[in-house]
Amino acid sequence: MRRFIPHILLAAGAAVMLLPFYWMILTSIRTPAEIFDISLWPVPDRFNGVENYGQAATSVPIARFMLNGVIVCSGILFVQVLTAVPAAYALAKLRFPGRRILMALVIAALCVPMQALALPLFVGLAQANLLNTYFAQMAPFFLSVFAIFLFRQSFRSYPDEIIEAARMDGFSEMEICWGLVLRGSLPSLAAFAIFSVVAHWNDLYWPMIVVSDTALAPPPLGMLLFSDAETGANYGALMAGATMITAPMIVCFVLARRHFIAGITMTGVK
Amino acid sequence: MTRKSIDLSGIRKSFGQTQVLADIDLQVREGEFLSLVGMSGCGKSTLLRIIAGLEMPDGGQVAIGGNDVTALDPSDRNLAMVFQSYALYPHMTVRQNIATPLRMRTLSLPARLPLVGRLLAPREARNRIAEAVNDAAEMLQIVHLLDRKPAQLSGGQRQRVALARALVRQPAAFLMDEPLSNLDAKLRAHMRDELAALHRRLGATFIYVTHDQVEAMTMSDRIALMIEGRIEQLGTPDELYRTPATLAVARFIGSPTINLLPAEVSPEGRLQVAGIETGLVTEPGPATLGIRAEDIHLAPEGIPARLIRTETHGADRYLTCQLATGDGQTIVLRQGASDPRPAHPQDKVHLRFAEGSAHVFGPDGRRRNHSHHRMVAA
Repeated sequence: MRRFIPHILLAAGAAVMLLPFYWMILTSIRTPAEIFDISLWPVPDRFNGVENYGQAATSVPIARFMLNGVIVCSGILFVQVLTAVPAAYALAKLRFPGRRILMALVIAALCVPMQALALPLFVGLAQANLLNTYFAQMAPFFLSVFAIFLFRQSFRSYPDEIIEAARMDGFSEMEICWGLVLRGSLPSLAAFAIFSVVAHWNDLYWPMIVVSDTALAPPPLGMLLFSDAETGANYGALMAGATMITAPMIVCFVLARRHFIAGITMTGVK
Repeated sequence: MTRKSIDLSGIRKSFGQTQVLADIDLQVREGEFLSLVGMSGCGKSTLLRIIAGLEMPDGGQVAIGGNDVTALDPSDRNLAMVFQSYALYPHMTVRQNIATPLRMRTLSLPARLPLVGRLLAPREARNRIAEAVNDAAEMLQIVHLLDRKPAQLSGGQRQRVALARALVRQPAAFLMDEPLSNLDAKLRAHMRDELAALHRRLGATFIYVTHDQVEAMTMSDRIALMIEGRIEQLGTPDELYRTPATLAVARFIGSPTINLLPAEVSPEGRLQVAGIETGLVTEPGPATLGIRAEDIHLAPEGIPARLIRTETHGADRYLTCQLATGDGQTIVLRQGASDPRPAHPQDKVHLRFAEGSAHVFGPDGRRRNHSHHRMVAA
């Protein structure tokens, strides 16, 4: 009995975490009349999924929102990796004056919330006439101190002797960094990619500030505009839309789950 | 195979406040197998890394084949290094690992890229590399492993791959940093022979770092024994064994450790141990007498002692004796197993040491000249 107790506790925790998702999916297949029924019975009185999903898919350009989400998330991830990997490599493996101070700054920067920077960033982007662009949605996230920190922790465990062997063989530092060290840390790259993509796919705060054009809206902002303009209080269709935009993230996580967990446990983060 | 001399002059290096190398001068002759030996922390690895270019000296010069390379990058020195952990590239097959030094030297950056590189690398260059890889693999008998990844190899096999990767590019010299220390004892002895054979076959310059005096003694042409960032003595294994320049060298080289007895030299120059005449004559003052285990014998008369332990090691037998006088100094002596069986423990015995076999060191630890006056007569 004793060894089941942890599992029971974990299952209870998982149930709490999964309940909103369950509720979302349940609502997405219910009729408007049944929406406010507090019963969590999985079979609705009348299956309304086709109508709800149909409405979500046709009344708003959901494909457009998703495409926007893909563009923004992949743009952010690409530049984040491009900048964080060399920085992390330098902090983890190169000896230079000021390394400790730079590392301390990275950790300090982890403590600065996005919200604190929102106003100056908004003003800057507005001055540069860049509001309502993909660039405005991506730019504040190009430099990720979290990525630098995560990769640095992971790179530190890469054997120094292999790096030295590579130097003697004539590898450049960039080749060592990308071709050897990052290659040895693919789980942490997978872990970071999931963190980053999920965070920015789901982000509503920043797109709301810099985007007002529906054609540029990422999924959550699109859903918000959708609930306002088109459907009013049609929660069934709204939840159908939410289910559709959440699905890619869930698929993405399930596919990379093993690497994600390896990446987190390996680096000692969390 | 190219072979180059390596000349170090005035090499100094400190890490922070700690000085690890103090003014090292060392000439490694072309084609020589030279070992850098010492305890951990004596600076031998740092010196090797300075030769390799992985570490910059604070002062001094490194020359390879007469050319000053002190300012050159590691890859421009044309040296090959074998690391203690072998340092194979984990994501590459054995074949790719061995080919890497050649690819880096002969192919341009675009031609080294994955996938597209295959189209850009000239066929002829690729063939030459493949041939060289096969030759190296054959020399080290790892042809059957070429398509495996390092993680699928045993320690000894990884060692061979590391050696193949080193020799494939025909370097000016081989640098080895404790390459055998991760192997088990039996394999280590085997690889020792193989390394020595490889050195003979290639005729290349080898610089070999180890803390294991047996490795150094068995393979080297010359040994540089390092202590606290200095070269304490440089010479052939025989020279270090037979004429250690200092007490520290005598203590480091040889197994079992040399017997060291505190001694007193009378004003007339007669050396006494625990009040017993030894028949050695040297400068007056306190001294230390060193005698190797094989230079002491049981005899009908000599220094009185008591046998306290016998250890049999197959062909050899080690006897531990305690001097009858003085403060209970012990002495280890070695016998052949065919020698007459020694007395029983606790029995009284007499020891003598072979003429010309004693080493006398002054209070400064330096070797002292001495002559052999007459044999011990206690």
